[in-house]
Amino acid sequence: MLHRFANPTRFLRLANAVLPWLTGITVLLIATGIYFAFAASPPDYQQGQTVRIMYVHVPSAWMAMFAYAFIAVASAVGLIWKHPVAHVCALAAAPVGACFTLICLTTGSLWGKPMWGTWWVWDARLTSVLILFFLYLAFIALANAFDDASRGEKASAVLALVGSVILPVIKFSVDWWNTLHQPASVTKVGMPSIDASMLTPLMLMALGFTTLFFVLVIIRTRSELAARRVNALRSARIHAETGELETSPATGGKQS
Amino acid sequence: MKTVVALIIRDIRIALRQLSDTMSVIAFFIIAASLFPFGVGPDPNLLARMAPGILWVTALLAAMLSFDRLFQTDYEDGTLELLVIAPHPLWLTALAKIIAHWLTTGIPLLVASPVIGIMLNLEPTGYGVLIVAMALGTAIISLIGALGAALTLGSRRSGVLLSLLVIPLVVPVLIFGAGAVDAAIGGFSAAQPLLVLGGLFLACLVLCPWGSSIALRLSME
Repeated sequence: MLHRFANPTRFLRLANAVLPWLTGITVLLIATGIYFAFAASPPDYQQGQTVRIMYVHVPSAWMAMFAYAFIAVASAVGLIWKHPVAHVCALAAAPVGACFTLICLTTGSLWGKPMWGTWWVWDARLTSVLILFFLYLAFIALANAFDDASRGEKASAVLALVGSVILPVIKFSVDWWNTLHQPASVTKVGMPSIDASMLTPLMLMALGFTTLFFVLVIIRTRSELAARRVNALRSARIHAETGELETSPATGGKQS
Repeated sequence: MKTVVALIIRDIRIALRQLSDTMSVIAFFIIAASLFPFGVGPDPNLLARMAPGILWVTALLAAMLSFDRLFQTDYEDGTLELLVIAPHPLWLTALAKIIAHWLTTGIPLLVASPVIGIMLNLEPTGYGVLIVAMALGTAIISLIGALGAALTLGSRRSGVLLSLLVIPLVVPVLIFGAGAVDAAIGGFSAAQPLLVLGGLFLACLVLCPWGSSIALRLSME
């Protein structure tokens, strides 16, 4: 199953077949999610209208962690089975995940001001998400730091695996430390302590964000594979041309 | 075992011959720490309150300066290639280089930190814990820094990249290191943050030499 998609052409065939459906589902989910979030859900009895920030903040926080887990798994697959498309997927997912993390931090800050009276506090949950954002930046920077692209993707894959220790820290930070950030209310064992009228838009948005993530990753992977093909064709042509030129010693050498 | 000792002795000998490298790290540590009284004002109480944090942050930044020479010179003159193809396990070689790095950078930082502590008016009760926490902390920083140095080997702008890589990963060291000193000053037991530091050290001791060896092998491809 895994090795079937090591071939970029086969991967692209599947990706092209899935992409229109996935895009349609994403639009549908986010559109109904927005309708429920703004019109069909009640304001909170304590927080008033600002509770609607939650419908962007919480899904993007989940996606920030999901995207990093996706990168770590893809990196592991790439390193262990030397799977070329997995590395490309990991690199494609990194800026998307970094964006979700930034959205999470910004909306959290906008929500914190009316609720906690401050834009930012250095509590465990906020700080660990900020470190996650830095890890995304380091991953992207390291992947692009080498002249040899395959070296960069392997080095950044090792970094992604090392950095994945942050995920449990983020998840349990609200339980381990006594923080200003509220503890988990949806993923609680048993009944979630959130009303169905708010859970509906939250889940719609979370599903919509997940499919959006995959749509973006597929598009970015596709364009990266296309860019690599263009590069390979171009360098093959240059080699062909200089190969002919090198037969005459007067013009050779300098051409490449 | 013999090769490990030989490698450590070799690295220490090189460090001693280029003493200015080590000295510049220490000089940076002292100069950066002495900037804080200018920035926040010379109030002794304020400085005493901030001293553990200042010490840890500046020690970390000073250590960052030393990582680029950990593998870089060996990489440039080809020694690293011989070490990679040598019959010993590569993680052992990486561990030897990390130990040598800690002996030539961590120990001098450890020696300099009480001096800076006095300059910053650190409470006398904090020094014992400071030394223990610093010993563990600098060892962790050496281990994580070696991983970062191995990953960035041969990259463009490796210095900036290295800090971008290492700083997010050593944040826990900073939290628990400064926390231990704070606890000792405040009259609480520093055992808990010290135990966490010890745990971090053991985890890094297992993972970082192994990770570095993978990264070093990648750099040879």
